[in-house]
Formats: sequence, structure tokens, C-alpha cells
Amino acid sequence: MSPPLLQVNDLKKHFPVKTGLFNRKSEFVYAVDGVSFEIARGETLSLVGESGCGKSTVGRAILRLFEITSGQVILDGQRIDDAAPSTMRQMRRRVQVVFQDPFSSLNPRMRVRDILAEPIRNFGLAKSAEDLEVRVTSLMDTVRLPREALNRRPHEFSGGQRQRIGIARALAAEPELIVCDEAVSALDVSVKAQIVNLLQDLQSEFGLALLFISHDLAIVEHMTHRVAVMYLGKIVEVAPRREIFAAPRHPYTKALLSAVPLPEPGAQRNPIILKGDVPSPINPPSGCRFHTRCPFVFDRCRTEEPMLRAAGAEQWVACHLEEAAPAMSS
Amino acid sequence: MTDTTVNPQSLPAGLVVAPQLPEILRPVVIRRGLVGLLRGHPTVAIGGALLLTLVLIAVFAPYLGTVDPTALAPAKRTRAPSADFWFGTDVLGRDIYSRVLFGARVSLTVGLSVAIFASAAGLAIGMIAGFIRWADGILMRFMDGLMSIPPILLAIALMALTRGSVGNVILAITVAEIPRVSRLVRSVVLSLREQPYVDAAVACGTRSPMIILRHILPNTVAPMLVQATYICASAMITEAILSFIGAGTPPTIPSWGNIMAEGRALWQVKPYIVFFPAAFLSVTVLAVNLLGDGLRDALDPRMAKSL
Repeated sequence: MSPPLLQVNDLKKHFPVKTGLFNRKSEFVYAVDGVSFEIARGETLSLVGESGCGKSTVGRAILRLFEITSGQVILDGQRIDDAAPSTMRQMRRRVQVVFQDPFSSLNPRMRVRDILAEPIRNFGLAKSAEDLEVRVTSLMDTVRLPREALNRRPHEFSGGQRQRIGIARALAAEPELIVCDEAVSALDVSVKAQIVNLLQDLQSEFGLALLFISHDLAIVEHMTHRVAVMYLGKIVEVAPRREIFAAPRHPYTKALLSAVPLPEPGAQRNPIILKGDVPSPINPPSGCRFHTRCPFVFDRCRTEEPMLRAAGAEQWVACHLEEAAPAMSS
Repeated sequence: MTDTTVNPQSLPAGLVVAPQLPEILRPVVIRRGLVGLLRGHPTVAIGGALLLTLVLIAVFAPYLGTVDPTALAPAKRTRAPSADFWFGTDVLGRDIYSRVLFGARVSLTVGLSVAIFASAAGLAIGMIAGFIRWADGILMRFMDGLMSIPPILLAIALMALTRGSVGNVILAITVAEIPRVSRLVRSVVLSLREQPYVDAAVACGTRSPMIILRHILPNTVAPMLVQATYICASAMITEAILSFIGAGTPPTIPSWGNIMAEGRALWQVKPYIVFFPAAFLSVTVLAVNLLGDGLRDALDPRMAKSL
């Protein structure tokens, strides 16, 4: 069996907090603190969770936009978290990114043509100037933008169009995995739907794998294969789409799902209201990180940290309830 | 958007030609390039035109009815402005009109040179501080130290160590202005480094030198250009101050500061000696500042977005 396209093992990223006059690095933000998952070829894995839970940091770590604190990022059987610069450059082609903000993700002083040509030139994908032109124009067709737009600059486009340019740039490198970091969160609802559909079309056309980082569960339910739920730097539950939306196991997942509005007017869902705020990632709670807000908390949660355990065929949950009282949850 | 005229007779029955839009509803024509810049930002046009005129005056000073600005004529001392001496003469009988026109050369040379040298040095230092994190603290504390010395005092000290010459005036003012540019460049670089398009370029395999050249530098130029105009204006004022207190351009070279310094004693009885160089200095500084303000608005990317 061939290895999964992407494998993340016990990934940790701690950012030093500069305090005091002389920049003593005494404290750390535990942004990502031991995250493991896999993405198969052509699969969409959604990483969900509230703001500040570290989901974007995971995406940026996979892209190696910074050096990670510990753990492994393995692309197609080869470690990329410690790869030498020359190897890394070749590996970069296979993982691309689409960012949230369609305004700041494109250099305002570059023409669309040059934005799209940049990765093609960097990775030496075009055999000639004509080939480059063919590639650039076909990218515009792929993301359904007019070819004339190649000579314009980003500020002449709407948010949705800019996001298409961002997707075209990611596709230009012919990647196998695209990290979509809140790629549709900043868009209007109708435009959002178009971009989501475009991403799905591209996925089936090119066999792309997507790491879809989002906090929008309605979109996630529409397009994902599997979901990983993050809370305060850790994954609390991983499951295929059907299981997570029909039978969530972790109390945090249940609370998240209960907060998704129902489309029918007047429909009620009895949302689980979590008490308190998210604790600071500088000083995460002991034991289970969710214990300060969990409605089902008991003694063990405060001292012992729960591990991810198999809770079904492909469902993994990090919660003591799963072990302590299996009868309750089934 | 093209105008098409439709013959009303050729239309199928029931269709009418839409009436011409009233003037107020016509689409706004967005002009681009230099013409658009000057039309959209009149301050750029006014400041630029004034500055261009002054540069032309400085360049063509010998051909504008001037005499030798250093020629002494003790018999014609302190004459009031007249047809012979347009701006009058000073205590040594020198023609103030000629001296003011030739003085423009000093002021503009100092202003432009300081703007260019301080920008170049500030750009280099700011870039290094923004990119090489360990160098940042050292460089910026050094710049803070430079900034804590009043520029005039620093210039006086430098002038005291060396001989008075235009080159030394430029050097002295440049050293005092470098910290401002390097701070600006550093802060712009630090914010640009965090831009998603820079991250995207890294993910696209763009090497660091190309990232600087293609993504960071072009976006640093606009704020730096604006800052350079302010430096140009303040350098001209500093030059005049230094010359006025006798620590700047040597008295043998006519500069606006020198002329004012020499006319200072007679200010109450012969105000025109001070008035003309002062007026020229004010107009020049105003022109440069207008240009800077206009460029700040015109080059703001947010303005480009709103179009």
C-alpha cells in the first residue's frame, strides 16, 4: 500500500512570546501542540475549530512558511519539515495554498499574467515562452476568468474574481495538495458557493487533495470527505463527514454542530451553549484542554490528558467519556 | 464603451431607442498614467510645476539677466529694488537678484542630494533591519542614537570638524536624515513580510532575492518617495539655517541662508535683502511639500483600490 499523500505526526509549533525590555523568551504560545493526521490522494480533509485554535498554523506548517517546533510533516513518504532548501524547492511545487483574504493575497503591483507565471517559471514547468503563454491562458479558462483579464492588475477585480486568480496561481504549479486557508470565508454567500463548486470541480478534474481549513461547518458539510475538529492546538475528533455530522462524539464537536443555524425559518436546535471563553494558548489548562468549558466534565479530565482513541471504523475521539462510560454515548 | 447610433426606423415595432443619459449619469472616465495623476491630484501638478520652474531658474541662472553674484560694487550699496537692481543690492553692493537666482542652485542641490543619498542609505539600512532579525536591534538602536542628536547640532559638529563646503553640508544633513528613512523602510518591510502574497510567493518556490526584488521593493518605493520629498524640503531649510548661523555654505558661495544672514543686521531698514531669499525659500519648500502631499495621496494603494 502506497503511503498517504500527506502525513502529519505529532506536529507542534510553539511561538515564543517576547516579554519585558530585553526580549526574554520566557513564555510560549502553544499554537499547535501535538497534531497528527493523514490526507489521501484526491481527498478533502477539513480542519475546523474556532478562531485561534491553531488550524491556520497547521496549514502554514505544512507549507513550511516557518520551522516547526517538533514533529514530522511527510509528503509522499518524504519528510519535508527538515528537507534541505534544494529538495524543499522541488517539494513546494506539490503543495500550494489559497489564502483567506483575496485582497492581500495578490501583489497589487503585479499583472495577473506575472502572478500566474511566477510559479511556472520558478519550477521550470514551461518549455518555452509559447508554452508559458498556453499554460497561463488555460489557467484562466480553468478558473473561468476571461483571458483578457491577464493584463490587468488585482485591484480591478472583485473579491470572488481575485480568489479565482489565487486558485489559478495555486494550480499553476500543478500541485497534488492545496491548502485552502479559510479560502471562502471572506466572500459573499453566492460567490462562496461558486468558489466551493470550482474547487470541487478542480479536485475531480486534477485529482487534487485539499486541506480545507474553515470555521464554516455548512460549507464543510457540503464539500468534505473527512473532518478534523481542533480545539486549542489539539485535534479532539476526526471522522468521515457522515459520522461527524450525524453522530459527533466529542462534546466540543457536539457544541460546534449545535451552533450551525438551520435553514428552515423557525427551526430550533437547542444549541449547547458553552460557558466561558477559550483559555489562553499561552497557559493551556491541565488535563483535557476542554475541561474548563465541557458540560460533562469530571475529575479525571482535570488531571489526565485524553488520547485520540478509535471510536468507530474511522472515527477517532480524544475524550475520557468514550472510555469511562462507553454505554452512555452509544 | 463605444457609442453606437441606431437608426430608429430599423428597429422592430414596439422597441424604442433609449434616451441619451443626462450628463450627470455618464460613466466617469478614469484617466491613467501621468495625465490622470496630474488631473486627479492638482497638488502634484502645482507642486511639480513650481519645482520644475525653480529647477529651470537654477539651471539657467546665468542667462536670466543676472550679473556676477559675487561682484562687489561699494558705490552702489544697499540700493532699493529698481529697474537696474530688481531685488536691490546688499551691504557690499552685490546684486541680490543674481545672488538669489544663483542661491537656488545651492538650495536645490542640497535638497535633492540629501533626498537621494538619505533615501538610498535609509533604504539599504531599513531593508537589512527588516530582513536580518539579529541586525535589527543593533541597527535601530544606533539609529535611535543618531535621532536623539538634534540635526542642527550634528551638522554644526560635522561642519566644525571639516571645512565648510556644499559637499559637507550635504553630508551633515544626510547623516541626520538617514534614521527617519530607515525607520520608515523597516516598518514597511516588516508589514510587507507578513502579507499573504509574500507567503504565497514562498509557497510558489520564489527564492528570497526575487521575493525582495519583486514583492517587497516595489511596494516600498511609494512611501519612500513621499518621505524623500519631505526630506528634500527639510534639508533645504536646514541648509539655510546652517548658512544663516555661519556653519554651512561658505560665504563666498551665494546661498539663501547666506544672503539672509548678511541682511539680518539691516532687517529693519532694508527688509528687501532678507525678503527675497526668504520668499524663494518658502515657495520652494511649499512646492516640494505640495508635491509630497499629492504623491502620498496618489500613490496610496487604497486609492487605487477605490477606483
